[in-house]
Amino acid sequence: MSDIVLEARHISKTFHEQLNVPVLNDISFTVNRGEFVALMGKSGCGKSTLLYVLSTMDTDYEGTLLVEGEVMTGKPGSRLAEVRNEKVGFVFQFHYLLNEFSVLKNVMLPGLKLNRHTNKEIETDALKWLNVLGIENLSNKKPNLLSGGEKQRVAIARALINNPLIIMGDEPTGNLDKKNSKLVFDIFKDLSVKFHQTLFIVTHDPEFAARTSRMIEMEDGKIIRQ
Amino acid sequence: MKYKLNTEIAISLLLARWRQTLIAAIGVTFSITMFIALLGFMTGLNTLLDGLILNRTPHIRLYNEIEQNPFQPIANARGYDKAYHFISSVKAANIREEIYNSEAIIKTIVEDKRVRGTSPKLHSPAFFNQGNVRIAGVIDGINPQVENKLFNFYEYVSGGSGSDLNIIPNSIILGRPLAEQLLVDIGDIVYVTTTAAEIFPLKLIGFYQSGIRDLDKVQAYTSIATAQKISGRPANYVTDIQVKLHDINDAPAVAKEYKRLFGLQAIDIQTANSEFETGSSIRTLISFVVGITLLIVAGFGIYNILNMLIYEKMDSIAILKATGFSGTDVKRIFLMIALSIGIFGGTIGLIFGYLLSLIIDTIPFNFPSLPSITTYPVNYNPMYYLIGILFSLVTTYMSGLFPAVKASKVDPVIIIRGK
Ligand SMILES: Nc1ncnc2c1ncn2[C@@H]1O[C@H](COP(=O)(O)OP(=O)(O)O)[C@@H](O)[C@H]1O
Ligand SMILES: [Mg+2]
Repeated sequence: MSDIVLEARHISKTFHEQLNVPVLNDISFTVNRGEFVALMGKSGCGKSTLLYVLSTMDTDYEGTLLVEGEVMTGKPGSRLAEVRNEKVGFVFQFHYLLNEFSVLKNVMLPGLKLNRHTNKEIETDALKWLNVLGIENLSNKKPNLLSGGEKQRVAIARALINNPLIIMGDEPTGNLDKKNSKLVFDIFKDLSVKFHQTLFIVTHDPEFAARTSRMIEMEDGKIIRQ
Repeated sequence: MKYKLNTEIAISLLLARWRQTLIAAIGVTFSITMFIALLGFMTGLNTLLDGLILNRTPHIRLYNEIEQNPFQPIANARGYDKAYHFISSVKAANIREEIYNSEAIIKTIVEDKRVRGTSPKLHSPAFFNQGNVRIAGVIDGINPQVENKLFNFYEYVSGGSGSDLNIIPNSIILGRPLAEQLLVDIGDIVYVTTTAAEIFPLKLIGFYQSGIRDLDKVQAYTSIATAQKISGRPANYVTDIQVKLHDINDAPAVAKEYKRLFGLQAIDIQTANSEFETGSSIRTLISFVVGITLLIVAGFGIYNILNMLIYEKMDSIAILKATGFSGTDVKRIFLMIALSIGIFGGTIGLIFGYLLSLIIDTIPFNFPSLPSITTYPVNYNPMYYLIGILFSLVTTYMSGLFPAVKASKVDPVIIIRGK
């Protein structure tokens, strides 16, 4: 098996409203297994846009995207959904959780969708991750009763449930206070060191970026350093 | 497993807005209830009204028409075979109304597999005497048992039993208005003058009420034997053979066939009563239209609640999509919500519709011409219940489809970015 988890080949994107200014301009790079990558850049330089392309949610771009060697570009939406379910764990800046379900169920959902293990196994797994992240006691609560830091940890547990190929985060600490930011970062670091989890995290916090294993810097839709 | 997960999500989304969902379901319930009750009542009434005519009208009536011979002697005159002739005031030669060889004809008809039964009749004009006044009418000699089996004769007889015609000698049943005119009651003697100009005393044993007063004013029934006796005819003299088929729709074809086969006039029920079918089918159509209109209104309710749900749950949809649910999954989830509203509301609607029908069924309804009817007629045909639930499923599906497709097209990037 190749060690390249994610590969971007000459990815460009222009929003239809502003045809002259490309948001992404000929971006090429690879992410290897086990890397902890931080994507840095000033606000508005196109980091989020790039991340949505990499996550397969945004399909409106030029160039080619490969996940574990499989070309994603041009694949039908159903296959992309499968890939997201199985291989990509996503952590947003704003903790998107389903308030209709308990914390435990929220974490289990992608696993139930993948349908590779029994409910019981998925539940055990979910509880294990909640335990690792120190929020096992919240498992039966509804997400809207949780604090921001807690919510973000639930989202990380959810991202982990299917043992994803890669975890992507869009400024996951951007909305948290210092203490919680540090907590979440330590979790990422732990996942990287202890579980050799591949991570690709967007941030504009240089302190955060400095402690990762690799840094990619963007400016005006281009990669200026990697 | 896959469906189970989608169902679970659908249920929790639905429960998150259970009040609105319930109102949408009540809309469906209401329309299905009205649909079932309306259709049951309308078709019940239809059957009753149609029955007034159709149930006691033979599907085919065989008789002899008094008519001129189409072949007049002049047609045989040599030398004029290519000419066209005009004859005025041609008189009918065959004035016999008797059906010759009626027994053999009846035997042939009874063996026909399409025929449910046949009943002979002796139709004869008569005068009923009331002092010096003579009231014109008709006497039909019938076999009451057979007549009842085929045309529910007993149901239209009150004050006595129709079957007594065969038991009590020289008995007669008069149309009620006719009896009122003659000032006679059960047990009284009615004096009848026949075409043979003889006066016969007959004992009144019951009243006949068809529901059509003009008919009842001139109608009387006796047994065939009595009718033959008072009109001075031999046994086995009959003027009509009435035929009832298994399938009423065969009537025109069979009538044509019998006409050729027996050399008699044969008229089918469709030709004789063409207007009745149109009336009842229009009533049924109106009920359907009203029911469907109600359902469409309920459908808009479902459409609204789903649209609202989608706007409210935009974030949830985006998360589901980001974590690996496809557009198809999302569409299924919302269709499931719509369909469960339809199934739930529809099933309750069927139950309420049935209960409402039961209530209508107990409302007193006096139909003067049909003594056997005491409450409103209701039709409980399971077909309408099936159509009702199918309609509710189809409308809820259709009203859910549009919002569901919309939900499936939600772009998670736009939602997530929008925060
Ligand atoms: N839907 C959109 N239509 C037009 N322009 C957009 C849209 N979304 C983002 N942009 C623009 O694209 C640029 C990059 O945005 P984004 O990727 O969110 O930056 P970052 O995440 O690095 O702060 C910004 O200038 C932003 O205004
Ligand atoms: Mg951003």
